[in-house]
Amino acid sequence: MLDVKKIRADFPILSRKVNGQDLVYFDNAATSQTPQQVIDVIVDYYSRLNANIHRGVHKLSQEATDAYEEARIKIQKHFNAAQFYEIILTSGTTESINLIASGYSTILQAGDQLIISALEHHSNIVPWQMLCEKTGAELKVIPMTLKGTLDMQAYESLLSPKTKLVFVNHVSNALGTVNPIEEIITKAHAYGAKVLIDGAQACPHIKPDVQALDVDFYVTSAHKLCGPTGVGMLYGKSELLKALPPYQGGGEMIATVTFEKTTYADLPHKFEAGTPNIAGGIAFGAALDYMNGIGMEAIASYEAELLAYATAELKKIEGIIIFGEAEEKTAVISFNVGVQHPYDLGSILDQMGIAVRTGHHCAQPIMDFFEIPGTVRASFSFYNTFEEIDRLIAGVRKAVKMLQ
Amino acid sequence: MKTIEAIQEELIEEFALFEDWMQRYEYMIDLGKSLPLIDTAFKNEDYIIKGCQSKVWVHADLKDELIHFTADSDAIITKGIIAILIRVFSNQPPKAILEANTDFIDKIGLKEHLSPTRANGLVSMIKQIKMYAVAYQTQLN
Repeated sequence: MLDVKKIRADFPILSRKVNGQDLVYFDNAATSQTPQQVIDVIVDYYSRLNANIHRGVHKLSQEATDAYEEARIKIQKHFNAAQFYEIILTSGTTESINLIASGYSTILQAGDQLIISALEHHSNIVPWQMLCEKTGAELKVIPMTLKGTLDMQAYESLLSPKTKLVFVNHVSNALGTVNPIEEIITKAHAYGAKVLIDGAQACPHIKPDVQALDVDFYVTSAHKLCGPTGVGMLYGKSELLKALPPYQGGGEMIATVTFEKTTYADLPHKFEAGTPNIAGGIAFGAALDYMNGIGMEAIASYEAELLAYATAELKKIEGIIIFGEAEEKTAVISFNVGVQHPYDLGSILDQMGIAVRTGHHCAQPIMDFFEIPGTVRASFSFYNTFEEIDRLIAGVRKAVKMLQ
Repeated sequence: MKTIEAIQEELIEEFALFEDWMQRYEYMIDLGKSLPLIDTAFKNEDYIIKGCQSKVWVHADLKDELIHFTADSDAIITKGIIAILIRVFSNQPPKAILEANTDFIDKIGLKEHLSPTRANGLVSMIKQIKMYAVAYQTQLN
């Protein structure tokens, strides 16, 4: 059992007022809030450690480097990567994906095929479209069912020896569907294809074991799991990362530089050109410590209770339509009420101090599939309460009444 | 003909009567519902202003040297704000529209809807209203 009251006290933002009322923060799938423990690490870094890393002989630089590299080890352990140098620190999920797409642009050839899913977020669609334009490779899409799950039979029929890469999110941001990534990975490997899993939406709720999954690349952002924005990671199997060319040129990523020839640094630095987000990286590690301190399993089971309660209560509202009814879902509910525009519902909820996301959630193909302009999305975290869900339900009822 | 400033003053006075946001929103929803519909011929891609979330269509024509605006949106609150904008800017000479400011939106407590980050198409709509005014002013010159 989580001591939610105690947990909430860790998050200063949860006590602020919005439009004169206690904030109800249900936009966790967009970004999670930051506990004091993580804020303290950022403040401490700039108050006590701030120095450039990996190059100074002086004490501050060494301490900052140690703190940064310790964070990498924490991330390695959390995701159970075999080697610390398989963890590349990036600016976030989007950069991690672009790094791989950029690397494969030198490897793919015309006629190769890539597979993505109909459940993807724009940042796991657009880089691959750009990659296909550059290389002449072809993009195939795994269709989705009305329940918001992937059509796995269709997936199998898309796989062939031409398939080089498969990209699927672990959890859909718009619907909360947990995709069967073990099966997706195993089947892709049978054809020699590599798999990248976008874990941005999964990691706040699920602790993936990259070795057990045998996944080739796994990416996520720190700000979805109580860490700061602007930092994230790319896990890649070392032999695959070694085979890719560097992403950006600059300091840090080189071994030797002459005007004739530059040799590149070893992993992970080969992919970490320039001064990184040092405070962010260290805080990423602290965020994982915080989440693990509470326990990922305890978090998941409490969030499942919140989801079940919110789903049951929302379903009592006349005209409610819930999008995404997969059996395995994270604590995300995407819904509309009758023909009410999600923007109207969201604007009224905002007046009541309730923060939800409205719109297409950067997943326009999913909205097109359901033929809607968007949805209202309420996404829950372990610091949310049943009382807050009651306020959401009352708020939705009130909004619908006003709009009718 | 009332001037744009006079209409804006009227609106500010009307909105000052509301005691809370709910009354304000209910009024906007009513305005949205009573907004005369745009001719369906103009409810197409040519007249759409793409916001991130709600769609807005706006059309204008010039009659007796005054611009008449019609508009629509798929979201009712957006439509309510459009109704307010139309009340302020429709049936006005292009020059007056060009010279008018939109501070009244802030004064009637709807500032958040006009924030460029709100992405509901309204900022673009005001821009579009001004663009029509520029175009028709050029015709009149």
